[in-house]
Amino acid sequence: MPSPAPAIERRTAVPATPVPPSGGEATRRRREFSRRRALTIAAFLAPAVAFVALFTYYPMFSGVFGAFRNWSIYNIENQSWVGLANFETILRDALFWKTIGNTVLWVLGSLVPQFVIGFALALWLRRRFRFRGVYQALIFFPWAVSGFLIGILFRWMFNGEFGVVNDLLMKTGLIDTPLPWLADPALAMPAIIVANVWYGVTFFAIMILAALQSVPDELYEAAALDGTTKALALWHVTIPYIRTTLTLIVLLRVIWIFNFPDLIFGMTGGGPAGQTHIVTTYMIEITQQGDYGRASALGILVLVVLMVFASFYLLATRERKEAHR
Amino acid sequence: MITLESRAGRITRIAALGLWLVLTLFPLYWIVVTAFKPTSDIYKFPLEYWPSTFSLENFAGLFSKANFGTYLVNSLIIATVSAAIVTVISLLSGYIIARFEFRARGAVILAFLVTQMIPAFIALGPLYQLMVSLGLVNDRTGLVFVYIAMCIPFSTIMLRGFFENVPDALEEAAMIDGCSRLGALFRILVPVMTPGIVAAFIFNFVSCWNELFLSVTLLTSDANKTVPTALNGFITSYNIDWGSMSAAAVLTIVPTMVMFAFASKYIVQGLTAGAVKG
Repeated sequence: MPSPAPAIERRTAVPATPVPPSGGEATRRRREFSRRRALTIAAFLAPAVAFVALFTYYPMFSGVFGAFRNWSIYNIENQSWVGLANFETILRDALFWKTIGNTVLWVLGSLVPQFVIGFALALWLRRRFRFRGVYQALIFFPWAVSGFLIGILFRWMFNGEFGVVNDLLMKTGLIDTPLPWLADPALAMPAIIVANVWYGVTFFAIMILAALQSVPDELYEAAALDGTTKALALWHVTIPYIRTTLTLIVLLRVIWIFNFPDLIFGMTGGGPAGQTHIVTTYMIEITQQGDYGRASALGILVLVVLMVFASFYLLATRERKEAHR
Repeated sequence: MITLESRAGRITRIAALGLWLVLTLFPLYWIVVTAFKPTSDIYKFPLEYWPSTFSLENFAGLFSKANFGTYLVNSLIIATVSAAIVTVISLLSGYIIARFEFRARGAVILAFLVTQMIPAFIALGPLYQLMVSLGLVNDRTGLVFVYIAMCIPFSTIMLRGFFENVPDALEEAAMIDGCSRLGALFRILVPVMTPGIVAAFIFNFVSCWNELFLSVTLLTSDANKTVPTALNGFITSYNIDWGSMSAAAVLTIVPTMVMFAFASKYIVQGLTAGAVKG
């Protein structure tokens, strides 16, 4: 189906000034043209929009309504409206409050070391060296592995009996007897955070390195002429220049860590006795128990938190776009 | 700024980078080493950092005792089919978003971005219900549909970026010569963008290959299980058999690592390529 006309539409979309009012024929052709253009757009976008609408947005919205119903897999025919009862159950649930505390610990405890180590690595990687490409490819590898499998890898390393972590700590004399890492709530939380720090550092290192490389050399040269030291240049030149990018990276990362039940699922499954659940793993467990109403209510709480971070993120994106304009 | 580096600075840098490399690779090393140890050596003191005997019993056991072959084939089919369909669909959507200005454009982009921040597992229950009413529970086709929806937004955003690197003069010339828009897209743009498209395909493949929560929820019978679902079965059992577990983990990780090694190469190409610099 040859359709040569739309080829130049981007030019014609901007009203070309000297169009003589040649009457009905021109208008008709312009209409035909924009109708065809709209059809193309609709036809090309339809599959993508349809899939996302049906399998992503529809369940999300029906989940919002489900939060106010007695919606259980064991009594699927009888979904009565229960108002805020699901939310009430959650707020009365001691384990829920435990998961809130864990979530904050999980996000901050993972984020800060990830950022610091990632920033340091990026600074060290800025200088060219012979195998830098290979090095980057090697430290990239955790990204190819799912969070769930990473959790399994660390579950084995933190094994209380035959785990390599205990073995190494005992060899270096840091502990005398093996620690039951994942069986003791006080130790399990730090263990999953260590695993998550390990997983996330690469992300920061690579993103921050890209940001550092965007800083023009002239800025440093000017700073060097003024006799600044390296540390001062970092603080007064580099960081202000990449500040918005850093904000974006951190916000994105906060959202991802918050949304990252995979690793905990593989490593502890929320145990022992639910003591390492974060909000998202807890939600998944409730779903698996079949209480969709309560899981949906929890889902709404998660959504609200995510919306807050997402709007910060989108605002920061806009700020950066404007800064680059 | 690349200044002269002091000797101490150089030593610190090399030591720090070296230490991080060791820390990064060690968990992988450890799971591989465990996978190749005979069971008796896995649970033995002192721990062997290099196996005294290599054994393939863990791998063999996966295929004889568990249906690991079936799980691998399921995962391979589901991930390949999903990734292929997603890549074609998001070629179309990415193209439109890159090339056209229209009223709903901002809304579509926002709707796609939002899905990147809200995880798919937030509505597992309602999704399960939807699949029940569509008759697609415990059906590999159903999971493919869900994976397509899961991957479309990121894939679209990624391919849109690649389209924007290709000047539109290319397809305009083809269309003036009488090519349809679809023809121009597939005959002119796709060949130019091959590295980017391969990278997108690999990203989609790896996401589907690794996905856990949707498959655990939607697939119930053993014959339909994917690899992550099977691994989940391994860890929820009372006594984890770390030999089989490690072997299964190694078999799961290897394909994605190989693909990623390819993808990183193509991603670099995808960014630097572009037939004409307009």
